[in-house]
Amino acid sequence: MTPDDLIAVLLTLKLAGVTTILLLLIATPIAWWLAHTRSHWKEPVGALLNLPLVMPPTVLGFYLLLTLGPQGPVGHLTEAIGLGRLPFTFWGLVVGSVLFSMPFAVQPIQNSFEVMGSRPMEVAATLRAGFMDRFLSVAVPLARPGFLTAIVLAFSHTVGEFGVVLMLGGNIPGETQVVSLAIYNHVESMEYGPAHLLAGGMVAFAFVVLLSLNLLARRREP
Amino acid sequence: MSLCSPGIKAKFKLDRGEFNLDVDLDLPGRGVTALFGPSGSGKTTLLRLIAGLDREPGLLKVNGEVWQDDTSFVPTHRRSLGYVFQEASLFPHLTTRHNLEYGMKRVPREERRVDLGRVLDLLGIGHLLERKPDRLSGGERQRVAIGRALLTSPRVLLMDEPLSALDMARKQEILPYLERLHDELDIPILYVSHAPDEVVRLADYIVVLNNGRAVAEGPLAETLARLDLPIRLGEDVGVVLDAVIGERDEAWHLARADFVGGGLWVRDNGLPCGHHVRVRILARDVSLSLTHREDTSILNLMQGTVTQIADDNHPALVLVRAQVGEASIVARLTKRSTSTLGLLPGKPVWVQIKAVALIG
Repeated sequence: MTPDDLIAVLLTLKLAGVTTILLLLIATPIAWWLAHTRSHWKEPVGALLNLPLVMPPTVLGFYLLLTLGPQGPVGHLTEAIGLGRLPFTFWGLVVGSVLFSMPFAVQPIQNSFEVMGSRPMEVAATLRAGFMDRFLSVAVPLARPGFLTAIVLAFSHTVGEFGVVLMLGGNIPGETQVVSLAIYNHVESMEYGPAHLLAGGMVAFAFVVLLSLNLLARRREP
Repeated sequence: MSLCSPGIKAKFKLDRGEFNLDVDLDLPGRGVTALFGPSGSGKTTLLRLIAGLDREPGLLKVNGEVWQDDTSFVPTHRRSLGYVFQEASLFPHLTTRHNLEYGMKRVPREERRVDLGRVLDLLGIGHLLERKPDRLSGGERQRVAIGRALLTSPRVLLMDEPLSALDMARKQEILPYLERLHDELDIPILYVSHAPDEVVRLADYIVVLNNGRAVAEGPLAETLARLDLPIRLGEDVGVVLDAVIGERDEAWHLARADFVGGGLWVRDNGLPCGHHVRVRILARDVSLSLTHREDTSILNLMQGTVTQIADDNHPALVLVRAQVGEASIVARLTKRSTSTLGLLPGKPVWVQIKAVALIG
């Protein structure tokens, strides 16, 4: 493996790791709201969050490029508060990946909350636990399968991302060049050996992920 | 009952289209109060409002402490209450021990009045501590749930049909534990039920709910002896008397249960003299006679006075209430017999009781 490839692998893992952590923090309250709200906004918000499932990643990347770019509204904001420009940086990729993998994190967590129902939280409330207390001591442990699925899916989906990172990140080694882009580069330059190595690694990774999901699902059955 | 005295003042009015609730209750601050009524009568809704699990406009004071009024609403987790749901609802990820300690740990040490060892003992769950809920039987789970609620040292224990999810055998297993709670802990209990046998066995005070309204409320014996209730405790109209075992006749295996105004011979089931018992006398097991009959197989004959006569649910039948000492006994008679005997309020009669059930 070339040093550049190694850097791409490490960058990919870092991107997936940061994305997964941020997603858990963002997706959990959204999933809770979707599981419990009776608001009319539930369906539109759910549909909006699920758009990445059916949209070409390049479309999301394109709009993000415009929004986060120097002429875009968010771009103005990030420059004004001193964060600089997000496109073609690692943190730009993080923003894109978080949005792109959102449905993969929200849905399993939301399902777990819905399966759990409201009773356990009511019981905890009658046992003197305030909201955050009972959320952490009851809801999170009971929704553990959903959280595990969300972590695995968000992480692996980010690892496998190509379109958004290409549009939003360019292809800058060490900054935004992730494994999927590195493979593309190798093939473009007819370097099939390194391409094989990385591509094979991705296949093995995907297999391990799916296998562990299945094992996880089986263990959950009584 | 004034608002500051111990007790529960609950006033709620809500209108959810098909379902209305309109109650204004002053409930005693001790003993077991049964909220009794058919399903859909608003019992559980009322209990959830008292717990703060649902929120509707109203006024709620428990032992002088305002839990809800026009301007304030204390959230459930700040209310000193215990709640036992219909299904045990133990936390499946925690062992029995951690389920029991969940609420206890969240109550400041100086406010803990209920001791863990005592609860384990009272409910017979000491040997289950290290098990997860999926390794417990239905009855065991419900006992743990009751213990878990008690260990928060609540000012009031709310129980929502805690036995209805259990079969007859499990029910019989738990009832004695509930009686011990009643006898040994000084925590008022609001007990929601639609099962007459549970109510007559456990309750001291009863509120009868129908279509979201309290159609009757009062001390159990007094309320059961009323003939004008639109809702009956099932088909089995009857009265309940609190009594004390006064004498045991070992030769005939009988025991005498004394109440204010008389004594009833019942089957001796080993209870010692001085033991408090509750007896239930069904109206269909009571007959009346104008003279004292010696030549009868009926063991329990007492002198009383007719106080009230009311129609029963069949045109051939009437319910007759007779005062015996300080107790009221209700008899179900045919209209014809009533007419033949010339029964009217004020008439002295001999009350013949064919069967007495000792409950608890």
